[in-house]
Amino acid sequence: MNWELWLQNFSVVAGIGFVVWILVHGARSERWQRAWLRLKRDRLGIASGCVIGLYLFIGALEMIQLPVGPQGATSILSLLAGSVPVEPSFSAPLATTTLATKDPKPLRGRHLLGTDALGKDVFVTTLRACRTALIIGGLTSVIYVPIGTLLGILAGYFRRWVDDLIQYFYTVLYSIPEILLLISVLLVLGEKSLAKMAFALSITGWISLCRLIRGETMRQAERPYVAAARALGQSQWNIVTSHLLPNVMHLVLIQLVLGFSNLVLAEAMLSYLGVGSPIGTPSWGNMIDGARGELSREPVVWWTLTSATGALFGLVLSLNIFGDALRRAFDPKRG
Amino acid sequence: MADSPLLEVRDLAIHFATETGTVEAVKGISFSLQKGETLAIVGESGSGKSVTGLALTRLLPEPPTIYKSGQILLDGQDVLKKSPRELRTIRGNKIAYIFQEPSTSLNPVFTIRNQIAEALQLHRPEVRDFDAEVIKYLDLVGIVDPAKRLHDYPHQLSGGMQQRVMIAMALSCQPELLVADEPTTALDVTIQAQIMDQLRELKKQIEMAIILITHNFGIINGIADRVAVMFRGKIVEYGETHTVLANPQHPYTRALIQCIPQPGQKRRRLTTIDHAALEAAG
Repeated sequence: MNWELWLQNFSVVAGIGFVVWILVHGARSERWQRAWLRLKRDRLGIASGCVIGLYLFIGALEMIQLPVGPQGATSILSLLAGSVPVEPSFSAPLATTTLATKDPKPLRGRHLLGTDALGKDVFVTTLRACRTALIIGGLTSVIYVPIGTLLGILAGYFRRWVDDLIQYFYTVLYSIPEILLLISVLLVLGEKSLAKMAFALSITGWISLCRLIRGETMRQAERPYVAAARALGQSQWNIVTSHLLPNVMHLVLIQLVLGFSNLVLAEAMLSYLGVGSPIGTPSWGNMIDGARGELSREPVVWWTLTSATGALFGLVLSLNIFGDALRRAFDPKRG
Repeated sequence: MADSPLLEVRDLAIHFATETGTVEAVKGISFSLQKGETLAIVGESGSGKSVTGLALTRLLPEPPTIYKSGQILLDGQDVLKKSPRELRTIRGNKIAYIFQEPSTSLNPVFTIRNQIAEALQLHRPEVRDFDAEVIKYLDLVGIVDPAKRLHDYPHQLSGGMQQRVMIAMALSCQPELLVADEPTTALDVTIQAQIMDQLRELKKQIEMAIILITHNFGIINGIADRVAVMFRGKIVEYGETHTVLANPQHPYTRALIQCIPQPGQKRRRLTTIDHAALEAAG
């Protein structure tokens, strides 16, 4: 295993740990307990949560590597899909022969969503691509959420020059068109990798979280419990970490979920533009990029594009619905 | 009283720099406090009484606050000349506060035990058994069955209970001076009476000076040794509580005392204070 694989495995563990940490931190407060009660009654929210859970499960199957197979490590998903045969070329969903007009060859098996140019099963590739989406979403979140939260609290609590500095910083970043910034960063970093993409996305990702947390912190800092903590002789750092942080954590969670869908879309977009996922990595963006050339073919190869966008759509929609459900649960008035 | 006072405020003036000019919130006040003594600072909203209380450990945000002149001597040392680090050791440790709104003064995400334990950790590193110490102080402020309350969150308590927790938190640091800034204003009348009784009781048990900031002359009787009446940033009357109550000199003091409803009194219009007349009188 090379270092990048280790980094990805680490990011998975770190990401899961991070979410657990947020939940454990938040779950102590009354606000979170009430939110949970409301969320439990929100059927659409729960359904979208289950869909996200399914994506996470599939992604995990692809991420967990077992020490078997010819390369020394094979993912659980690959093992499960091991019996799916590789065909000579394109084939339509559930077809019995390849797509060639002249000399169609019989297939070794049926494929729910057909096969791609290399004859690989599109359904399996779509499932395997979950991993890429989750790694980009997870790794980027692990980088940008702590930065955005901390800077937001610092700006909102200390105000004055700290606030000015942080605001100038993110306003400058925000003034550059995001896509141009992303592409230039990725081109500067050179050879494509998921970690580099996560890094680039983090550069722009923290801004909206930082703004949100800054505003909420300003509101919280006015509340008497902060004055009471100061009157008790608490250090500034202690007030920031143990008094303000738990009180803005619910916004971090909501933003994390909603931001995740943007990251998944950004991965697809960057891969489509050719600066995203490394070639050969199963990713929805790579699939869409690959399908671009096949759309002009006769008969048209539509299934790669459809399954990739379908999977993307399902995840992004669920994340957005779940994020909205969380927001409603935490703030029933604004819902 | 041959001892040097615990706290001596000399000619303290506090200004706020606002966009529309400087506001003189406190205009040169002086008072002093012996160990174990209780001083009531009485005045209406905006008279500078809360600002005075917060200034004692420099809790007012700077800017806009400007400490224009004067000294705040705590054990003979000027608080206004201390570094932020030194100030933090004074806050809680020497001077503790309780505020008007108990419901929002407690952090909503911490249990009672953790809030008080946090204060203990800060100022009393010698304490080993936090639970026992927290229970001791909850018991002291009259919370029934304190062991059961340890893991409650602030929202699970009534307003009166919350204020008792605040008092317990302040007392747990064993301060020499407790600044109670309108501790009963947000509570209903029966709870007000309970909390004041509790403070009176605590005063007997613990050797601790109290500054009681209030707009209500009615509650200071029996607890305050001395009273300072503040009006428009100045102390207009200062003396022994019973003397001031029996024989108020300043028209504003008289007006405030008249505002106390008397039981059994004939129904009449509530007294209001004629500011224009007071202003003219100086």
